[in-house]
Amino acid sequence: MTQLLLFNVTNGLIIGAFYVLMALGLSLILNLSNVINFAHGGFLVLGGYIAYTITPYVGFWGALLIAPPLTAAIGLVVERVLIRPLYGRDPLYSLLLTFGLAFILEDGTRFIWGAQGKPVTVPAFLAQPLSYEFFFITGYRLFMVSVVIVTVALLFVLLRFTRLGIRIRAGTLDLETVSALGVNVRVLRSLNFAVGIFLAGLSGVLAAGQLGLEPTMGAGLLMPSFIAIIVGGVGSLTGTLLGGLLIGVASGVTAVFLPAASEAIMYVLMAVVLLVRPRGLLGEEGMMT
Amino acid sequence: MSGESVRKLAVLAAIWAALLLAPYWMPPLGGYTALGTRVLVLGLAAMSVNFLLGFTGVLSFGHAAYFGLGAYGAGLTLKFLAPSTPLSLLLGMLLGGVAGAILGALIVRRRGVYFAMVTIAFGQVFYYIAFQWSSLTGGDDGLRGFSRQPIDLGLFSINILSHANSFYYFVLFCFAIAVAVMGFILRSPFGRTMLAIRENERRARFLGIPVERHIWIAFTLSCFFMGFAGALYALVNNFADPRGLHYSQSGDFVMMAVMGGMRSFWGPLLGAAVFVVLQDYLSSVTVNWMSFVGLLFVLVVLFFPRGLLGVIRRKSEA
Amino acid sequence: MSKKSILGTFNRRTLIKGAATIGAMQVTSPFIIKALGETPVKIGMVDPLTGVYAAVAQNEVTGAKLALEQINAKGGILGRPIELLVEDSANDVGTGVQKARKLIERDEVTFIIGDVNSGIAQAIAQVSNEKKMLHVVSGGHTDTITGKDCKWNVYRVCNTTRMEANAVTELLYTKYGKKWHFITPDYAFGHTLQQAGSANLQKLGGTVTGNELTPLGTTDFSAYLIKARAANPDVLLVLPQGSDMVNCLKQIAQFGIDKQIHVAGLQQELESLEAMPPEARVGIWMFEWYWKQPGVPGVEQFVADIRKRNDGKVPTARHWFGFTSVHTLAGVANREKTLDSVKLAKALGNFELPPEVKLQPNKCYYRSGDHQLMTSAFVGEALSKPAGDPEDLFRVDQVIAGDKTAPAESDTGCTVTWPA
Repeated sequence: MTQLLLFNVTNGLIIGAFYVLMALGLSLILNLSNVINFAHGGFLVLGGYIAYTITPYVGFWGALLIAPPLTAAIGLVVERVLIRPLYGRDPLYSLLLTFGLAFILEDGTRFIWGAQGKPVTVPAFLAQPLSYEFFFITGYRLFMVSVVIVTVALLFVLLRFTRLGIRIRAGTLDLETVSALGVNVRVLRSLNFAVGIFLAGLSGVLAAGQLGLEPTMGAGLLMPSFIAIIVGGVGSLTGTLLGGLLIGVASGVTAVFLPAASEAIMYVLMAVVLLVRPRGLLGEEGMMT
Repeated sequence: MSGESVRKLAVLAAIWAALLLAPYWMPPLGGYTALGTRVLVLGLAAMSVNFLLGFTGVLSFGHAAYFGLGAYGAGLTLKFLAPSTPLSLLLGMLLGGVAGAILGALIVRRRGVYFAMVTIAFGQVFYYIAFQWSSLTGGDDGLRGFSRQPIDLGLFSINILSHANSFYYFVLFCFAIAVAVMGFILRSPFGRTMLAIRENERRARFLGIPVERHIWIAFTLSCFFMGFAGALYALVNNFADPRGLHYSQSGDFVMMAVMGGMRSFWGPLLGAAVFVVLQDYLSSVTVNWMSFVGLLFVLVVLFFPRGLLGVIRRKSEA
Repeated sequence: MSKKSILGTFNRRTLIKGAATIGAMQVTSPFIIKALGETPVKIGMVDPLTGVYAAVAQNEVTGAKLALEQINAKGGILGRPIELLVEDSANDVGTGVQKARKLIERDEVTFIIGDVNSGIAQAIAQVSNEKKMLHVVSGGHTDTITGKDCKWNVYRVCNTTRMEANAVTELLYTKYGKKWHFITPDYAFGHTLQQAGSANLQKLGGTVTGNELTPLGTTDFSAYLIKARAANPDVLLVLPQGSDMVNCLKQIAQFGIDKQIHVAGLQQELESLEAMPPEARVGIWMFEWYWKQPGVPGVEQFVADIRKRNDGKVPTARHWFGFTSVHTLAGVANREKTLDSVKLAKALGNFELPPEVKLQPNKCYYRSGDHQLMTSAFVGEALSKPAGDPEDLFRVDQVIAGDKTAPAESDTGCTVTWPA
């Protein structure tokens, strides 16, 4: 039993790592721009499909490097044209817009690439389990976790040490003052959005290697990201990181005892957090009221 | 009578005339009675969301959960308790309302985007329960095996199961009751207070209004209406399924309210009519109807944020 | 700003008015067309063309459209051309019921086909039964449709879960072993499939080492696979369908489980196999129809016809379901020379499909006791390396006739009550 438990905790961390990547992008956009990006799942799927399309030409590694920035570029255009007009307005409007955008993205991917699922192959040396014992730790999943770790590290470096990052963090706390200090807030928001979408696209490429690629897969991955943010605390990226890992592990452990509840546990966790500590584990009081 | 109130009365009369005669003017235009019934039910749901959104200024994006709960409540009543349509409506409404009351108490302290997020997440909890508790709800396959029962009025019974028009009028009757109650509440001092909170929450608080409690009551009331609409929906389909609880259904309701005009009482009904008819028509014409609906969302948000009635109002004011 | 002067008085209001006029014209035009020409026989088809089942639903429609063309080329139904009205149920019951009512009340169809989603199929069956219209369920598998919820006006083309289980279990038991572990999708289809499979296993003398219920839409099966591996079975039965199947098999291959335990399942589809990378295409499965049937009359022509309409891709079982549904309706109507639903429903009992429709070696007919098509099961193995044609991903070892896999009529729980 302890071995089973250990396996599932490790497995949960691996799953959680993926949730983290997705949730961080969502969190970035939410914190700075007050926009709940319902289309985040759609961008994930888009990233996956772009990777699928360019893999025959540039290989898996090329796709990994090119698809996320491409997706981010599309995100940039979307932000400029569709979302920017809504910043001053009630958050209701950006919600509805991204909601409609999600529809367009899902239908668009179905239109361009067809409803049939697409097979994505990962490099052979990655698609091997580590050992007979630890069969669930495949090379690909380890690779995925390392990509997440590197990305998260780079993100934190970006936020801590670069000018853009400092401005983003400041903007999360008080956008008005940042603007008064002479920063071009519009550009800041655009770049922040692009970073968020980059993370979505990257998640999509990684997901494509692990799961079957089809147009409707984005929606199912959106909810865990939401919950990760709520559990971890809105406004805190470290919280989101923690939230993602926590729900991944909870899901994995529950699967040992009550497999049917392995997804429900995320919602239970969220409900508990909302009851006991409404601002989330690492959230700050007064954020997002 | 002033010109304003005469105009208002005329508009009201026109609306009711259109609703009462719908089974007659719809078919020649390519419509069908079942479509009208669906518009009524979804319109009521949109109006219930607007009760909160347009009149109190509170954005709940997970409201479909209470709609779905109403549907399951009605279905479970008809399936397991008693073959009585009125009872199913009552219990469906109660299920939605009580759930709303409980959850509302948990989240009233939050506002804005965070509130919206939490309502989405909580809505999904119910979706998830309906999906997973398959022994009770039928899970993904939905709740089947019940159908709307004829209404026994003692002297005669109304067959609402197989007669489309009779069912339409029954739904219209229920709609009228719900709408009357809603209108009554909005015109009452409580309704005035809700408007005050929408306009300026801080000032309302300074005036000594217990804002959280009012929001909670408004939330609960709107959930009762949602539950009622959901129960009607179960009767329309003779079916209840988890997708009625999903946040995408919530999004549809909010869009109907916005598209029709959030600040008006009848706006959401108009929005629902346009949305349902458009979706019905588009999905018959093209497989890519989702793109068009999504495009509609985008266009309404960017160019018509005050909705159709907002456009009409501006035209008349110009 | 010069744009304004170029466009003149064009503004938002004009746009709305113009759109409304065009919309009104579109809506009223069918009314106008009806007055001219011969009245066609309309068949309504409701399927989830958007959503998770989009791929298989769209294939069903393609198959149906081919049948339509073939029938119209031969004079249609009773000398009248057939028209197929396809509506999207969007995988939502409310929409499916609404579309069914639309087809029946507004478009006045004579017959109705649908839905891939069993729940929606049953909801539509309630409507079709209420309206006394002949209804062919093309692709919804839940047993109760031709079981305890059977209706006089409903016939079904695709297999029941019990038929599928019966087709494969004995082979798996003798070939692979007696200890089985199930991965079961947590909805009615999955439950009945697993129950049928484990009942057969226990009858043969085997044991069930475990049953992992996976929620629909599970993307990560690792926790379940860890448990399955720990239970040390001889056979791992993978029952989820569609994208769940793809994810599960992909992960099984990545974990190397297929090298340690025999992988098998009770239903597989070409759409799923095509969505997998080669290393995931393992195991023994049952197909409901397969395109590579050398020597069987009509199959090659069907494959060629579908390829022309399907971007060069071969037909799957789903194409065949849609194809058969339309041919069934036309066939029985033309034979009985009537469009009366009750007469046709009675006539469909024991109605046998001609070779160019059944496209399989065994006799294929609708059973009168439960209205289920006795269609064959194609049992075989998935191929990671395609055998010749890049879409030949399944090697058929046995084709078992439907009446051999189906439980006895008395055993299905169906009692058909005819209208007075």
